[in-house]
Amino acid sequence: MLAFILRRVLIAIPTLILVSIFVFGLQKLLPGDPILVMAGEDRDPAVIEFLREKYRMNDPIPMQYLYWAGDVLRGDLGISLRTNQPVTELIASKLPVTIQLAIMAMIFALLIGIPTGILSAVRKGTWVDWLANVVALSGLSIPNFWLGIMLILLVSVNLGWLPASGYESPWVDPVKSLTTMIMPAFVLGTGLAATLMRHTRSAMLGVLQADYVRTAEAKGLRRNTVILKHAFRNAVLPVITLSALLFGELLAGAVLTEQIFTIPGFGKLIVDAVFNRDYAVVQGVVLCTAIGFIGMNLLADVLYVLLNPKLRALS
Amino acid sequence: MTIKKLMTALLASVALTTSAYAADLRIGLQEDPDALDTDQARTFVGRIVFESLCDKLVNITPELEFVPELATSWAWYNEGKTLTMQLRADATFHDGTPFDAAAVVANIERSKTLPESRRKSELSSVETVVATGPHEVTFNLSSPDATLIAQLSDRAGMMLSPTAAAAQGLELANNPVCSGPYKFVERIAQDRIVLEKFPGHYDAANYSFDRLIFLPIPDTTVRLANLRSGDLDMLERLAPSDVAAVKGDGSLQFSAATSLGYQGITVNVNNGARSETPFGKDKRVRQALSLAIDREVINQVVFEGVYAAGNQPFPPTSPWYDQTNPVQARDVEAAKALLKEAGLDGIKMEIQVANNPVQMQLMQVIQSMAAEAGIDISLQATEFATMLKEQSAGNYDATQVGWSGRTDPDGNIHSFMTCAGGLNDSKYCSEEVDALLNKARTSTDMAERKASYDAANAILREELPIIYLYHQTWLWAMSNKLKGFTAYPDGMIRLSGVTME
Amino acid sequence: MTAVVTTPARTSSRAWKKLRANKSALVGACIVAVFVVLALLAPMLPIADPTGTDWGAIRKAPSLKAWMGTDEIGRDVLARMIWGAQASLLAGVVSVLIAVVVGVPFGLVAGYFGGWTDSIISRCTEALLAMPFLILAIALAAFLGPSLTNAMIAIGLSAVPIFIRLTRGQVLAVKTEDYVEGARAIGLGHIRIMTRYILPNVFPPILVQATLTIATAIIAEASLSFLGLGQQPPAPSWGSMLNTAKNFLSQAPWMAIWPGAAIFLVVIGFNLMGDGLRDALDPREH
Repeated sequence: MLAFILRRVLIAIPTLILVSIFVFGLQKLLPGDPILVMAGEDRDPAVIEFLREKYRMNDPIPMQYLYWAGDVLRGDLGISLRTNQPVTELIASKLPVTIQLAIMAMIFALLIGIPTGILSAVRKGTWVDWLANVVALSGLSIPNFWLGIMLILLVSVNLGWLPASGYESPWVDPVKSLTTMIMPAFVLGTGLAATLMRHTRSAMLGVLQADYVRTAEAKGLRRNTVILKHAFRNAVLPVITLSALLFGELLAGAVLTEQIFTIPGFGKLIVDAVFNRDYAVVQGVVLCTAIGFIGMNLLADVLYVLLNPKLRALS
Repeated sequence: MTIKKLMTALLASVALTTSAYAADLRIGLQEDPDALDTDQARTFVGRIVFESLCDKLVNITPELEFVPELATSWAWYNEGKTLTMQLRADATFHDGTPFDAAAVVANIERSKTLPESRRKSELSSVETVVATGPHEVTFNLSSPDATLIAQLSDRAGMMLSPTAAAAQGLELANNPVCSGPYKFVERIAQDRIVLEKFPGHYDAANYSFDRLIFLPIPDTTVRLANLRSGDLDMLERLAPSDVAAVKGDGSLQFSAATSLGYQGITVNVNNGARSETPFGKDKRVRQALSLAIDREVINQVVFEGVYAAGNQPFPPTSPWYDQTNPVQARDVEAAKALLKEAGLDGIKMEIQVANNPVQMQLMQVIQSMAAEAGIDISLQATEFATMLKEQSAGNYDATQVGWSGRTDPDGNIHSFMTCAGGLNDSKYCSEEVDALLNKARTSTDMAERKASYDAANAILREELPIIYLYHQTWLWAMSNKLKGFTAYPDGMIRLSGVTME
Repeated sequence: MTAVVTTPARTSSRAWKKLRANKSALVGACIVAVFVVLALLAPMLPIADPTGTDWGAIRKAPSLKAWMGTDEIGRDVLARMIWGAQASLLAGVVSVLIAVVVGVPFGLVAGYFGGWTDSIISRCTEALLAMPFLILAIALAAFLGPSLTNAMIAIGLSAVPIFIRLTRGQVLAVKTEDYVEGARAIGLGHIRIMTRYILPNVFPPILVQATLTIATAIIAEASLSFLGLGQQPPAPSWGSMLNTAKNFLSQAPWMAIWPGAAIFLVVIGFNLMGDGLRDALDPREH
């Protein structure tokens, strides 16, 4: 197992280097000149030239990359062009926000997706199944940002039930933290809930037809017991693995959700940074996201092996 | 944790937050400010935070007169080449460093010499600053500068603790130390900036809030929703389309002041190859576009009539506005006639516009109006960083762009319209205009300056390197419980005397 | 994913039967067809000029005169919705075409040749997949500059790695099949083997993925336009209509409701079609 993880981590290294090269190259190609913006309304030529030197914008791009990569290896991701804050500090303050959002969205998705998936598998072919499928399809098809806007309109503007934006740390004010996060988490979780529902349903359908479930039923066990004890346990394992895999995608999906609800997390950080041409921030955040993404994939693989006794025996 | 414990904890936290609420003022901002260092800062929104965080040497009144703040009085000598200021003796920086003449000298030196300083051009006329007494400083200028007092009423006149500035260097931006009524507590980028009351401030009695929390919320609908739900106590830059809603809401009030800046269309008249078009080279074409635009309709359609139509670099509320030349009415026939005179049947042009819905709406209205006069405008949405680059490189026909405005009129026109002006992206150049604007800059006589600006504007109205469109109005919406707020044309939020019932 | 082992001809005739019997796929196809017809007929329909402004009708609620209301400069929202369908459908289809045209050959080559070629392509694919799709699309669109064409290119390029990975996996499964081995034994060239024997057999899952990706791409185009990186005014697109609408949510909710609902419907249509295709092309019988 350890060797397996180690090998996967080693494989991830060239991938990360490639990611950083891609992002670096891409943003150097971005049109516009952040230094002109930074120089302020007065655009003093001496300041512009000084800043260009300071941020090594006059060096050839490969050299700029090497400087940056060298700093990264020393744990320094640079400072934000816009606010002068260190990028590592920015990431450290934004990451918990997005992770909280993603976890809450995941909880939503699991709470909605798995029970409806089971229900629709058990009641296959009935109106319950049909309804669950329609809802799941809608969840997959609804544009997140539109759902967000509509919820703000309905719940915040018209009804005034929940705040339309903002963030509060759960350690400071757990109630407010929850109320500000409910809508965004729901919006972010819809697509995932639908995916989980579909996978649970098909996994359950597979398991319900398996011999041991039929045997259990034949033995006269109550149907609910069979479903929960035997079928569910076997069907839900792959779904959990899938959840870990999809968690990475949640982080990515947070981009627009955070923009709509003005949540100061990773997604908002990166979109604002792209628009402000805040190079160091874009670079640092994408690298960090890629690490997270690869990490979650690795976790999913490990989970899969761990949860699958047959595979565990093999490894 | 048992349920009971959990409930107690929850109740305790609710109680804590409500008690903290009473003396907090939560202000919604349209953007997240940039670096919180008065020398490095460049955004309008940052100045709103500085207004409570940092004292300035000079303050302004809503009528744009200069009044004492850290400087109690000042006088000009040596034909306008020497400025002497008397300073308050009872001001202290947040770190305990006393405010005195040496602190002013250190601050002006930093603004002039820090390589990252964005204040250099504002203080370019200052040759030396000397502490001529414990609480007296003297500015020696290279040439008379009518704009200096105005600069000292803004970021260039904001005082940072010299001790903190020396110790922290550029890091100061992340932990600013000033002498204002509120001191810095924390900043979470894109989320909040928290300031708390500085009891050592000389005017502390007039500031009633214990904490100020600035929350950047870019979306106007969301910002207003937060105000309505009580999550904000006030917000700046209310969308004009929301004014009616605020007026109709019994728990809210609204305040407005016409800004000092302008919005217009900057035309490439002389900046490289792309100025070689009839639009760039023939003033009649620019006049035709200007005539095709109905500025009042724009104000009504896009801004609900709350902004001010404009045709000059100064707003109609400014004492510098030329009242004898008000905004022209739309005249499509005259516009067509001008085009014909220029030998054109119609004309195509591309106008760059900032990539945000309001500016896009504005330009689509203009696009539609211009089409009726035979002017075919294609719009190119451009992000700000790109727009600036293309504009200074001359890679544009025209750009819809604005200027936030300065207290002194010089700041709204000199660098845009003089041949060597740093912001003159249209590269318009006229000796006559140069002479007039330079003269206005050095004179201290208001009537004489006004005459120069009127004369320069008369030429510019004919040439139209910038087609002025409108002047924004700063709009604030706030809870009805908030008393004593005064709207200033510089768009700042001054909290002296503001209370919450 | 299960390998497709049957020959192409048999798959398609049986699949066609199954597809026709699949009610939800039919519903999906109908929804998509309605939007396609509307988009194509837009110039001929008796609707208002989508760019025609009217200062006297700013943000008017839906009425008999303007069924879906008017927008912030007095344009007819219904007309803009119908013309906006062109932008959204075009964006969905063109960007997926780009992704397929670029991604499938890379996947074919990587899967077929293996070795170093495969390693390089796979590492690059993984690196691209490690960057969230939307972030990549936003960055690319910002780089190319805001326009509908550029948004399509950005979305297409961001979706390329999906097709590389899918194709490669399929090729790996197919290339050891007897008929491929046979073709190799009689001395056919690599290109012929790839185009004649491998591509047709890996095509069905690619078609399914492409249909589903059109749905994603339509949402992505709307997202980019929503951020101001897509269709440029005065031409309408659903995403850019939403971008404007969000400033007038409480005053003119209809400006936001219709475009969002349209995106939702069209995406449902493509998702239903994709699901139907998948069931029809899946060699396992249900």
